Amino acid sequence: MDWFLRNAWIIPALPTASFVIILLFGKRCPYKGSEVGVAAVGVSFVLAILTAIAWIRQPAVGDDKIRQFVEHNLFTWFDWSTASSSGPVAHTTQFAIHIDGLSVMLLFVVAFISLMVHVYSLEYLRGDRRYTYFFAALSLFTASMFVMVTAANTLQLLLGWEGMGVCSFMLIGHWWEDRPNSDAALKAFFTTRTGDIGLLIGLTMTFFLAGETFNIEKINQAALSGKLDHTLLVVAAIALLAAVVGKSAQFPLHTWLPDAMAGPTPVSALIHAATMVVAGVYLISRMYGVFSAAFHILTPGHNGFNIVSIVGAATIIIAALLAFVQHDIKKVLAYSTVSQLGYMVMALGVGAWTAAIFHLFTHAFFKADLFLGAGSVSHGGSHHSFDMKKDMGGLRKHMPVTFMTFIVASLALAGIFPLAGFWSKDEILANAGHNGYLAFAIVGIVGAGLTAAYMSRCIWLTFFGQHRGHGHPHESPKLITVPLVILTVMAVAAGWLNAFGLHYFQKWTENSVVSSAMAAAHATEAHFNWVLAVVSIGVALVAIAVTFAFYELHAFAPLHGLTSKVRLARGGYMLLDNRYYLDALYTDGIVYGIKSPIARASYWFNQYVLDGVVNGAAIGTRYLAASVYRYIDQDLIDGTVNGLGSGAEEGGSLLRLFQTGRVQQYAAAFFLFGVIVIGVGLLALTHAFG
Amino acid sequence: MVLALVHGLDVAQQVVFGVLAAAMCLSALRVVTTKNLVHAALYLTVVLAGGAGIYILLAAEFVATVQVLVYIGAVIVLMLFGLFLTRAPLGEAQDLDNNQRWLAAVIALLLLGILGVVLQRAFKGQHVATSVIADQGSNTAAIGLSIFHDFVIPFEVASVLLLAALVGAVVIARRD
Amino acid sequence: MQLNEFLFLAAFLFCTGVYGVLARKNSVLVLMSVELILNSVNINLLAFGAFNGTITGQIFALFVIAIAAAEVGVGLAIVLVIYRNRRSIDLDKVDLMKG
Repeated sequence: MDWFLRNAWIIPALPTASFVIILLFGKRCPYKGSEVGVAAVGVSFVLAILTAIAWIRQPAVGDDKIRQFVEHNLFTWFDWSTASSSGPVAHTTQFAIHIDGLSVMLLFVVAFISLMVHVYSLEYLRGDRRYTYFFAALSLFTASMFVMVTAANTLQLLLGWEGMGVCSFMLIGHWWEDRPNSDAALKAFFTTRTGDIGLLIGLTMTFFLAGETFNIEKINQAALSGKLDHTLLVVAAIALLAAVVGKSAQFPLHTWLPDAMAGPTPVSALIHAATMVVAGVYLISRMYGVFSAAFHILTPGHNGFNIVSIVGAATIIIAALLAFVQHDIKKVLAYSTVSQLGYMVMALGVGAWTAAIFHLFTHAFFKADLFLGAGSVSHGGSHHSFDMKKDMGGLRKHMPVTFMTFIVASLALAGIFPLAGFWSKDEILANAGHNGYLAFAIVGIVGAGLTAAYMSRCIWLTFFGQHRGHGHPHESPKLITVPLVILTVMAVAAGWLNAFGLHYFQKWTENSVVSSAMAAAHATEAHFNWVLAVVSIGVALVAIAVTFAFYELHAFAPLHGLTSKVRLARGGYMLLDNRYYLDALYTDGIVYGIKSPIARASYWFNQYVLDGVVNGAAIGTRYLAASVYRYIDQDLIDGTVNGLGSGAEEGGSLLRLFQTGRVQQYAAAFFLFGVIVIGVGLLALTHAFG
Repeated sequence: MVLALVHGLDVAQQVVFGVLAAAMCLSALRVVTTKNLVHAALYLTVVLAGGAGIYILLAAEFVATVQVLVYIGAVIVLMLFGLFLTRAPLGEAQDLDNNQRWLAAVIALLLLGILGVVLQRAFKGQHVATSVIADQGSNTAAIGLSIFHDFVIPFEVASVLLLAALVGAVVIARRD
Repeated sequence: MQLNEFLFLAAFLFCTGVYGVLARKNSVLVLMSVELILNSVNINLLAFGAFNGTITGQIFALFVIAIAAAEVGVGLAIVLVIYRNRRSIDLDKVDLMKG
């Protein structure tokens, strides 16, 4: 069984190979490459399950009964060994895989969701203009995420991180012929890129802080040892946090995620709900030693807050409020994702490590289920539209399977007992309270209420009331509904791994970094807090009831149309509708302010300096050529040649004058020269002879 | 007495030479400067006659006789025939000299100067002893002997040349 | 008699003849000038013959006379032909080789 742990590198290798094969041969395959993608992910999924089983069967050792992680080197990636005076110093970076509970959990989640999305896409994207490349990109994405979650060092993590960013760009802009889609893809890429600056800084700093190693275990141990310069550690942690804010769409870099809904729905389900956006959460979880040491997460002291928890908490509320004013069903789900990511980050910020990744685990299932459900609605119910107000309504009669799965997933999201979301969310709240972050527990409860409310609104607009759209709504084909049902089963059952006092999830994902951090902080795991659980369920149920009454029963009559009657309400609505004017700030304010002078300067440089040089060279050469032609070729050379010709001609004309044809003149010349010669000779002779 | 005779002979020769030379020179100048064509021919006759006289002074009476016979008798007649056959204007004719006559004069003078200088330097004080030749008797026999003895081939060649000239002149000038 | 006298006379006649050859337009006058030259040569020959005491000078002079006669004949034949073709024996006009 250990074989699976050591050879888990096959899991990322398979989708990579499938990516290459689909690119090269996809168009020629009978199913246009999709069969290769599905097969690769299917095999990876089976291997992931087997690896998980192998991991679970690992013995739990030590005082705290934790399974030892397995790190297996594949090959030496970089070698900068030096020979110093005290002997050769080996500095290498290995390409290695690191298998522990967190990796195994994420391998399972990613493989499972990716497989569901692959199968779903077979129907959803049937006949699409770039069917083959879609599956190639899906394979590459899956491979990148696998690489990231099995990374033993930060360089591999970066490799996977960037690979996912590229695939996100490719997949959001899948229908790039429409300008809004390519704009959304660029926005996603640039916003996450802004965060990635922090990632690079953070990785470099941790490399040097941990004594020139990229290995994550060593970095965590160095951070927890307490021997590092605290200021530098904080700076590194903040830099890494910036990357998390970008990739996991926390406030203030969350603006790209709703726009990313321009991509196909399977992409939204896979990347922007379940897997890629949790990369930031994974980063914090993996490098928890750094974060907890930097921000004193487990020892809050008097303050009761730290930057991680504040970012997470702010995101929960801000995104939840925005979900209320959306017309597009996918945008509601997008803001919901942002809000739930806020929960995960807040959980990590309050020291609830296991709760955070447990929430990641459950959220993946029901959010993917919700997104694929939205896709099913658009595919069969609203004529490929996602606008709830215009084209949906009353679909529960026409699409029963989709309706049931959607309802169950929403209840799971709202945290209703005994569905998955209840267990994970309440574990977060319990830990928040236990670790001394009570304020955040309250924020979590409020967030739960908001979540329940906006999801109810969304469900009502989509499935209840009169059908406002055109066409004939019908249930989607099996290839779409079967993944929905499977995911719903997971949404129901996934939470039971850590429920009813079972704590399997916790035991399986425990790792030495977190436990040593907690031991150092003298912190303990929280027990299930029934009070908080009941309060949160109650809040959620009340929210559902109120919303449902508002819409279905038209209760609270004076509140209907409030935003058009009351100025304050209208102002609030405008604020939310314009997404707190953040997009305007970013695009028109910051980006324009920076790019406009730079763009103008570059344009000036290009036109006058670069073009000036090029044109100047061309003009100079042309002038030189003209001068050469005029002066050297025409005047000098032609002049010489012509001159020789005309000189000969002139000379001939001159000499011709001698040919008068008159004999007497010839005779005169003859006699004259004869006389001269004799005279000269005479003179010479007389001189010679004295 | 012989010396006086010889001396007297010398003087007579000198005088005769002087007269003849003067006549010849003047006539020669007139040949090349006269405007009358026929007069030019006649002046040439004077020159040729003078020349015969000079030959006699030089004790070459056969050559003098031949000169008179051939030159004056035939050549001048030919010239006159030529003049008349080519409708020479009788009496004064204009522009008988061409443009280069000054150049020609210069050349002639130069040539005269050079020749004079050369002759003066080379043959100053040389005498022609005509008395010796005069003692030899008839000149004609000596010439005949010499021609047919030493210069037969040139004689024959000369006769062939005369034949060629005869035939040539006929051929050139015939009308066809 | 001074040899020089004869020689100077011959030189004078020669130069006069040269002048006539170069300066006269009429072909017959040119022939006459050539005769002058030939005569000067004859005088020279005879003078040197008398000076050297040989008869060779006279013989040479005889040949010169004979050849001069032949030459005049042929020359005048040519002049006549020219006159027949060009209606003029002006040597200035006989310039077909001009150019």
